[in-house]
This record gives sequence, C-alpha cells and structure tokens, in this order.
Amino acid sequence: MRYLPLTPDDRQAMLAAVGAGSIDELFCDVPEAARLSGPIEGLPNHASELSVERQLGRLASQNLVAGEGPFFLGCGAYRHHVPASVDHLIQRGEFLTSYTPYQPEIAQGTVQALFEFQTQVARLYGCDVANASMYDGSTACWEAIGMARRITRRGKAVLSAGLHPHYVSVCRTMAKFTGDALDIAMPELTDGRPGDDMARLLGAIDKDTSCVVVQNPNILGHVADLSELAEACHKAGALLIVVVTEPVSLGLVRSPGEMGADIVVGEGQSLGVGLNFGGPYVGLFATRDKYVRQMPGRLAGETVDADGKRGFVLTLSTREQHIRREKATSNICTNSGLCALAFSIHLTLLGETGLRKLAAINHAGAVAAAERLAKVPGVELVNGAFFNEFTLRLPKEARPVVHALAEDGILGGVSLGRLYPRAADLANGLVVAVTETTSTDDVEELADALEEALA
Amino acid sequence: MSINSSGWKPEMSQGGAPTAETFTGNRALMLEEPLLFEIGSIGKTGVDFAEVPEAASRLGGLTREAPIGLPGLSEPETVRHYTRLSRQNYAIDLGLFPLGSCTMKHNPRLNERMARLPGFADVHPLQPQETVQGAYAVINLVGEWLCKLTGMPAVAMSPKAGAHGELCGLLAIRAALEARGDAREVILVPESAHGTNPATAAFCGYRVEDIPATKDGRVNLEALKARLGPDVAGVMITNPNTCGLFERDMIAIGEAVHAAGGLVYCDGANFNAIVGRVRPGDLGIDAMHINLHKTFSTPHGGGGPGAGPVVFSDALAPFAPLPFVEKREDGSFHLVEEETAGEHHADTFGRMVAFHGQMGMFTRAAAYMLSHGADGLRQVSEDAVLNANYVLRQLEDVLDAPFAASGPCMHEALFSDEGFPEGFTTLDVAKGLIDEGFHPMTMYFPLVVHGAMLIEPTETEGKAALDQFIGALRHVAERAKAGDAALKAAPVHAPRRRLDETAAARKPVLTYRELVTAAAAE
Repeated sequence: MRYLPLTPDDRQAMLAAVGAGSIDELFCDVPEAARLSGPIEGLPNHASELSVERQLGRLASQNLVAGEGPFFLGCGAYRHHVPASVDHLIQRGEFLTSYTPYQPEIAQGTVQALFEFQTQVARLYGCDVANASMYDGSTACWEAIGMARRITRRGKAVLSAGLHPHYVSVCRTMAKFTGDALDIAMPELTDGRPGDDMARLLGAIDKDTSCVVVQNPNILGHVADLSELAEACHKAGALLIVVVTEPVSLGLVRSPGEMGADIVVGEGQSLGVGLNFGGPYVGLFATRDKYVRQMPGRLAGETVDADGKRGFVLTLSTREQHIRREKATSNICTNSGLCALAFSIHLTLLGETGLRKLAAINHAGAVAAAERLAKVPGVELVNGAFFNEFTLRLPKEARPVVHALAEDGILGGVSLGRLYPRAADLANGLVVAVTETTSTDDVEELADALEEALA
Repeated sequence: MSINSSGWKPEMSQGGAPTAETFTGNRALMLEEPLLFEIGSIGKTGVDFAEVPEAASRLGGLTREAPIGLPGLSEPETVRHYTRLSRQNYAIDLGLFPLGSCTMKHNPRLNERMARLPGFADVHPLQPQETVQGAYAVINLVGEWLCKLTGMPAVAMSPKAGAHGELCGLLAIRAALEARGDAREVILVPESAHGTNPATAAFCGYRVEDIPATKDGRVNLEALKARLGPDVAGVMITNPNTCGLFERDMIAIGEAVHAAGGLVYCDGANFNAIVGRVRPGDLGIDAMHINLHKTFSTPHGGGGPGAGPVVFSDALAPFAPLPFVEKREDGSFHLVEEETAGEHHADTFGRMVAFHGQMGMFTRAAAYMLSHGADGLRQVSEDAVLNANYVLRQLEDVLDAPFAASGPCMHEALFSDEGFPEGFTTLDVAKGLIDEGFHPMTMYFPLVVHGAMLIEPTETEGKAALDQFIGALRHVAERAKAGDAALKAAPVHAPRRRLDETAAARKPVLTYRELVTAAAAE
C-alpha cells in the first residue's frame, strides 16, 4: 500500500520490541464480540492511483460543469475567476499539511496570514476586528445571534425576510434548542425592492429584542440603506447584524460597518475558494472592538518573542472550548483556515484597486443583463437597486423553466420555487447572478432560450 | 579582485557559530517577512481586467466612497510573500507531526487532484438535481463506506467539522428524547474528553457532569452506573479515549446507559486506531462523528476546513438533519430537503448548514477510501497502533507513562512530567523538540494526567522516522531531567523564540491599525 511505509520486516521487529507476539495482542482490550477477523465485507480492496482516478473521474463527468456553458446561479454561492497563483500557494505543503498554530514558533506563516486575513475582513466589512474564520456564512450567522444574546442578555432575534432561506433554516434549528425566539417572515416580490421588509423590522424591535438580522444585498439581490435600522436598533438596546453573502459587492456597495452594523458576518467563498458544490467555504465574522471578548472562534494577535521580535499567536483563547469547556462562547474548534488563506491571497492580488474594478465589472454586467433579459416578452425585472444579482418575474412558474434551460446546457438561475417550495406568490421568481465570468454571448443565449421556454 | 591561484579553498574563519546580526535580519534561508500592510499599496494590483463597460449605476446611491484600506501586490510579490510565510511553518510534508488526538497523517496528493476535477470543484450547490448526479453519487459513496466501516445504519453528511458533528449528534439525541416526551437535563462526560464535548453539550442546553476515571485511565463503570437516572440524557465517550486507551467496558457502558433510558454519543476523533478492525456499531453506540480530516486524511490546512459526518443507530436515524442524499430504486440520486422531508423524514431536527456540507472533503475522503480499500484500512489501524506502542515502549524508561502497565495503548502514547526537576515542564520538552526539528506532541491534554504529553505518530511514519523521533525526544527528556538550564531558552533555532502569549491577551492587537501605509500614499 503506497501510503504505508512499514515493511513486513519492520513490523516483525517492532512487535518484538514491544513484546507482542502478534498485532492481535495489541487489540486485546477490544471486547471479544467486537473483534473482526478480516477485512470488512461489502467493500472493495485497495486500488491503484490510476484506478481511483478512473472511478472518480467517471462520477465527475456526470455533472454539468458551471464553466462549460452559460451560467447564472448565485443565491449564496458565486462563480468568480480565481487567479492561478491562489491555488498554487494554498497547495504548498507548509500550508496544506500544517495544523492549527498551537506552537507559534514554528507556525508564524499561518498565524501571520490569519492576522492579515482578520485585518482584510475587518476593513472589507467596515468593522474594527474580525476573527480567523468560521465554517461558512450560515453557521457564522447563527453564531452572531448567539453572541448578541450574550451581549444584550435578551432572547428575541428579528430576521429579515430577505435573509437566505438556508440561513433562516439553520437559525430555526438552533433556536429550537437554545430557546431563542425568532421573528421570521417570507419575502415578497415587491416591485423596486423585493425582499425588503424595513417597515416590519422597525416595527418588530422591542425591549426583548437582542438583534435584527438583515442580509445586504438580500436573497433577491436588493441593496438597501441600513442606517435608519441601525439607529432604531441602538435606540432599543439591540444589535444590528448584517449578513453579506457576496463579498465582492463590498468593492462598490457601502459597507455594513459604515451603516452602523454591530456584527457583520458572511460567506467568503467568492474570493479564492470557488463553488465546490457547497463546501468547504469560509465564514467571515467581524464586530466592534468592545465586543471582542464575546466573539466565537479563533483569533490571531500580535506579540513579541523572547528576543523582542514581533510575532503572532492565537490569543484570547479563554473564550474557547479547549480552555473554558462548557462555559466557552462556542463549541467551534476547527475553522476554515485554508479557505481563509485562499480568500486572503485572492484579496491581496486584487488589492483595493482590483476589488473596486472587479465589483464595477460585476455590477455593469448585471445591469446590462437585467436590461436585456427584461426585454424578453413577458419577463419583468423586479429590482430597483441591485449589485450583481437580481430577480426576474416570469409569466409562468420558474422552476420547470430552469429544468428546461438545463436540458440545453444553460444554468439559467435559481428559481424561487427551489428555495421557497411552498410559496405560490414567489413561484414565478427567478434569481439571476452575473459575474465577471459571464459574457455578453452567455446573456444572449439565456435571453433566447428563455424566450423559447416561455413561448 | 584577486584570484585564488593555489587552487585550494580560501581560509575559513575558525570563530565558531557566527552571531553577528545581518543587515536584513534574514539568516540565509530563514527569511523575515513584513506584513502585507507594510509592503502592499492601495494602487497596486496583481489581477488584470478588461475595461469596465459603460453602464449607469443601479446601486440606489449606496456607493462605497471612503477608502477601504486594502493593499494589493503584483503577482510575483504575492507569490513571494506567501511562499516566504509558508517557510515559517512546520508541516507533515517536512517531518513527523506527533500531535496526539489530531491524527497528522500524510495527505495523499491524489486526493487534491480529485477534488479539483471541474466536475466536482466547478459545480454550484443549487444546480438542478439532474445536472449533479455524479456529485450526489460521491456523497452517497462516502456515506455508504462510513456506514459499513462503522456498522451503523444511517449517516448525516452535512456537519462541517468534528465539533459540528458533535452538535449534530447531540441535537438528534435531544430531538429523540423530546419526541418521546422525556425532557432530560444532564450529559455525562469523562474528564479526559476533548473540550468540544462539554462545550457542545452546553450549547445544546444540557448541564454537563463529569464521569470519574479508573486508575488505569478508563471510564469508571460503577461510578457511571451509580449516576445514571431519569435526568441523564446520555453520555459522550471518546473511544479509543484521549489517554490512547480502548474503553474495555464500552459494551457494558452502552447497556447501562440504554437501560436507564439514555443514549450513547461516541466522539470518533480517534477512529483511526480501529478503522477496519472494529465497528463502533458493534459496541452499542447511538451516534458518532467521524473527522474526515483525521482518519480519512483530508488535509488540516493550518486549522481547517474539516468535515464531521455523523453515523446514527436506528434509534436516532429518524431525527438526522437535512438535507441528505437518497438513492432511488432506478439508481438515480435525490436530495431530501425541507420540501420533501415531510413524506418520510418528518422527525428531522432540521438543517444545520447551508447547502450540503464539505463536498471538497468528501471527494478527498472518497479517493482515500478507494485507494486503501477494506484491506488497506485494516492495515492503517494496525500500523497506527503498532507505531504508537513502539514509541511507548521505547520511551517508558525515560518518561513516566502513567497507564503503560495496564497493557498496550491504541494509536497514541501518553506520558506525564513526573520526575522532572523543579522548574522543568512539559512545555520545555515541547520547545526542545522544536529545536530538534520536530513538531511537539500535544501538551497538557488530556487534563487527567499532570503535564500530559500525548504522542500520535500515525501509520504514515516508517521505522527510521520513528527511531529518529524517539532519539530526539529521549535526548530532550534527559536534558529536562538533568536540569539543563539551556532548555528553558528553547527554541533557539526556530523562526521565533518563545512568544509572549500573556502580553498578547492582555492588550489584544488583532488587526493592523494604520489605515494608509506609507507606500499607499503615492
């Protein structure tokens, strides 16, 4: 077996050295009834690299690859071009095969990169501090609600109708067990501002409210000014949590921090990570300085070594499970280190200039696509303000249309029937995302296919 | 310039180790690297774009005007920055990485190649189901292997990491108890457990109580039985446990807990020790998470991403989370989500993550499973256990091994600081190992042993590598026991000396605070 260096002679010599007559003797503590005498049945034996490549390659070829045709899916996962050097760098063994930097003297590469990542995320979000990453946007969102509960000592979270339905679903699951009350609503296809429920949110804030959670741009692509909402939250002693599922938007759209958000969380997958069929992704989490000791997750911090040289360590670990056990701020242990590194490298390559340009290209492409698709007979653009994603109202149910488009090799968007299967009011909605990877030919192809499918 | 006409090499200095500071602060291949914020600039970028097309803004007036403060680098500078940073890290690729309970085994590169196939990497989680049948097939494949390897009937693939898997298991336990109208409040956890166990139980609203240990480092069955009762929801037991020992009474523990109406959660972090040789399902457990980044070799990546699928018994399977992949009679795959769960999975405790989990890790784990096969995986646990016992027996004369007398260990060897002179600690031994070119073992865990040193060599180390490590640790341990004051200064050969963690926590500096760098002012 190519991954196992011990030879039969080594094994014999080592068994003799430990005083065991056979390998079975080392498993003597296993109850007799649970010992297996040979390989587990029903599974194949070992295979060569070539054979494994063939087996998995066959499965990979059964999928329709996003990059092989016109592609318009978003709703929490976006297809962006990732520079070649990002993937090369994260595959360096010193990053790929290292561990959580518990021995900082020989892990400065990881801890310094995390410190840089934290700074980049904080600046992108317009916040003071960020942590060293969470699993993904949806789990970061729930962790933020828990943090708001600890800070305000209140148990009611008001969730905007424009929050990603999977994120809402995760919150529902967790709230059942923690006892938090959730104020939830379904989004509506309101012309000019789909999914915007600002009036409802403002009305729902009361003395029991720990936080209001708003996604910007929201699940239907709508971009909103959250300043008034932040003020209302603060007046009532509640926190404003803003969720950003498309970090590229922050190259063009005013940051949540600037609008008064107290905690900003989101998905970082757009930068460096790729689609990966939903994971692994990277959760981003930032807040104000004064709340840092209530944050979940790992934190890298600056310090000095015995010679006075600057260095970095994991810090404030008294918040964490390996020290605080049942009193920890979260049970999280693993973060998403390598994805955080990929995010950070991509953002370093872009820099502020590149990020702003990337965001401008995304926005301009989306505006042009929205105008073109709205010319398809029967199709209406629902959004007023949007970044790189918008909602179309089709003259009929969108879900079968998406399947019909897929048959022609066009991945035409996410139907709201897929995300909200029980909401008849939303059934005609189609959410379309456009990034720098979308060409004008792709848009024309979608427009033509849509026209045909709707005819 | 003079020419050395003699043909002999010029005279070398005889002055011993050079101590002079260099102009750059570098020491040959050991290169200092400034922060990105000190070398990058706002105006610089390493990505070229086509011109931005003309279009009217539709941002509703919410344009970001103020500077963001994100420095950029050109591509060569970026590659150099991160390559230099990488060289300050220790890694499995460089040598033995004996972190107990972390299973730092070789990460096969075939796994990386497979995960990057466009058919897996460039696929969107919300694509129509008929366009992603191959991706569902991989999830199903890994799930089937996990069920067969553990002897359990069901699996939840979506948990994102080990601790997330624990959460999944405990939420299922709570949902199952609530479904039978049986509100229980307490989860029993041994003192030797990973910190995530009590943290997870508390996160789910349970009160955590310790289970005492026996003198030979295992769960005290009699004490456990005495504590069981109608208020105990269940136990969380790590097996093999964090002392590196198999819980001999596991079957009896399960029977006692079940008889008292509770459920058994097994922390599967140490599954690597028994994979292919023992099926946890034969030990009477109800749920167990499996760290794909441990037993199934997906890379640790400097702290993640991991993946923590959870296998379930029949008692808990109905409460497993959404979504999951179901194989239909015609061989096609179907994703069961909120929409379709009502038909035959109405008891689910719900969704715990957006989309379907760590697909990139499933692909890597699938490559690992297919490569080893059932026979190879059996060899994995045998070699892992043999390597750990070899370390244990080669070092027990110089380091105190508190449980060595009770028999063989499993995949990790545990030592304590017993016998070190005043002022010398486990930390000193760890830092001394750094100078010897090794990553230290897990230190001060498990908490049940004073100054614990937990060593997990894994099966991907050969005998020569083990012998070198054993020699190094023996040397460092002897220095500690002899009271060698120089050891207190270790490491002296690493990129940094000991770092001041107290100062870091007292006045936390968590981000670079200067907004505009000098270079950015251009």
